Amino acid sequence: MADVALSKSGAPMRGLLFARRGRNRLDVTDWLTYGFLVLGLLIMFTPVAWVVLSSFKTQANLQEFPPSILPYSSETAVVEGFDQPLPLFDVTLKDGTKARLAQIRRVGRNAQMINPDNPGAGRVTVAVTDAVPVRKVRLATENYTNLVASSGQAMGRYVYNSLFITTVATIITLVMNSMAAFALSKYRFAGSNVALISILSTLMIPATVVLVPTYLIVAELGLVGNLWGVILPTVATPTGVFLLRQYMLTIPDELIEAARMDHASEWRIFFRIVLPLSSPALAVVAIFSILSRWNDFLLPLIVLNRREVYTLQLALNSFQSEFEVRYDLMLAMTTLTALPLACAFIFLQRYITTGIASTGIK
Amino acid sequence: MTGLQKILGIRRMPWVFLLPNLLAVLFFSLLPVAINVFYSVTGSDRLYPSERPFIGSGNYETLFDCTNYLDASTCSSDLFWRAVGNSLVFVPIQVICMIGVALLAAVCLNREIRGRGFFRAVFFFPVMLSPVVVALTWQWILQRNGALNGILTWLGLSPVNWLVFPNTAFFWSVFVTVWAHMGFYTIILLAGLQSIPRDVYEAAKMDSATNWRVFTRITLPLLKPVLLVVFVLCVIRSVQTFDELYVLTGGGPGSATMLIVQYIYEVGFAVQPRNFGLAAAASLLLGVVLLIFTGLQLRLSRNSQHG
Repeated sequence: MADVALSKSGAPMRGLLFARRGRNRLDVTDWLTYGFLVLGLLIMFTPVAWVVLSSFKTQANLQEFPPSILPYSSETAVVEGFDQPLPLFDVTLKDGTKARLAQIRRVGRNAQMINPDNPGAGRVTVAVTDAVPVRKVRLATENYTNLVASSGQAMGRYVYNSLFITTVATIITLVMNSMAAFALSKYRFAGSNVALISILSTLMIPATVVLVPTYLIVAELGLVGNLWGVILPTVATPTGVFLLRQYMLTIPDELIEAARMDHASEWRIFFRIVLPLSSPALAVVAIFSILSRWNDFLLPLIVLNRREVYTLQLALNSFQSEFEVRYDLMLAMTTLTALPLACAFIFLQRYITTGIASTGIK
Repeated sequence: MTGLQKILGIRRMPWVFLLPNLLAVLFFSLLPVAINVFYSVTGSDRLYPSERPFIGSGNYETLFDCTNYLDASTCSSDLFWRAVGNSLVFVPIQVICMIGVALLAAVCLNREIRGRGFFRAVFFFPVMLSPVVVALTWQWILQRNGALNGILTWLGLSPVNWLVFPNTAFFWSVFVTVWAHMGFYTIILLAGLQSIPRDVYEAAKMDSATNWRVFTRITLPLLKPVLLVVFVLCVIRSVQTFDELYVLTGGGPGSATMLIVQYIYEVGFAVQPRNFGLAAAASLLLGVVLLIFTGLQLRLSRNSQHG
């Protein structure tokens, strides 16, 4: 902006960073801007961070209220004569001295404790109020290993189903949409307008409105409970055709004419010339497709009616109703489901935001 | 393909390229609309059209069978009217909040501030998350022993069962859906802001116009076409809200946060016997309303371009 240019005098770097309205300080609107953005940062980011952090808490730690910010777990000690490791407590004894004891069991307001270093000294009865559990910050990675262990092969299957749907649907979408876009941008033929309009008119049809008949067609094709039943209804996206067509219109026709002179077939022209030149637009369509296929919920919910064909999203949803108490597993699974796209986002962030910006506006 | 070209000739090649997409559009978009019309005038719980008896406007009559339209409980399909009522409150509130916050964010991100790219990414981040993850994340925060109640207790207030009371559940439905989707609209509005020529602002600065004046007299009018696009997209998607709320509240407590799409899902697929006809009728009504709305918007934007 112009106000940057006004602060050329003085320290250049500082001027560049803080220049506002020609004065070297932030004015009210800047403070408001930063205030809003930092508030936004907190509201947008902390919930997700909180879930990820919580997914590393032990079950006991998860049930605490008020919740602790960092994942803690109680320290335990293996004491001679006991099969299980016993939880450690810092205890204030009756004579005022402090000691670190292991708890054997709790009876009402009292607990039976034992000195882990000297089990032979016998049991001590301590009031619960005098004992504080010994805790340390520890990531309970067993939530993740338990999750994989408890669901076993099913987990791998959910990941596979989600990956399969996302990859196959995206590839078909790209091929189909770019072929149609090629026909609609590089040829003049009778009916091309009708074809374009009928494809774009589907923009007006919300997927939820045609839910029941889509299910019928999928059922007629014998694809209920089959991954292809979710892939096929979603592959022809009008926005993809529109976007690719707009992009292909900018590719000079002379290139194609020249290729025809060299006796290249139309298929070859499409594959070797038009497709590579459209790669930026293809990337945007691909990102959109990956995003929506990975996150799809309603259509899979209806079509994929057996556990073996569940996607990660469906598995996660059924998880929350089945294991309402197993928050440790659920949080781990939530984190795992969000992870692939979060990683993709970190790398593709710039591309996605500019890509959406350029497609949002006609 | 090369062989195909020899047989068909170059004139027919565009149809070869179009065919797969046209078939998919026909089978999974256009044909379903026609079938939906058929479903909506037939009854019984059978899926296959040949097994469904014609009942004319029966499904629509069931939907509209009310003794008093202002009171959902007097309707024979009271859940439908509750869902309609909820949507009528949810959509305007959600759209206003969404556009307001997204516009504010876009204006902030359009300024020459430090860490702009970072903040842009932060606001867009939730758009990437799946609705189920979004819903479970907020459920984890809003539950009785959740982080929000933890903060309340720390402040000396008493914890609240956020998703148990209709009003607070409704508030959080709006909040969570705005949280999840505002980044998308922010990015579109940001692109719109950046397409406004800089010299317009320079001129305003020469006349030492206040920030507020610049915003209301220059930014908003020039942003109007983009705002209209965002508005329409936002309304259409808001009416279709399903995933987040289905997982977050399940439409509850009671039916306080059940919107139209969830009604369609419940009637057509979740509740036995499945009533495909009623679901189809309800979804056609939804489609017609959306169509009228988009048509109005097209006319509006055309008028604003001429005026």
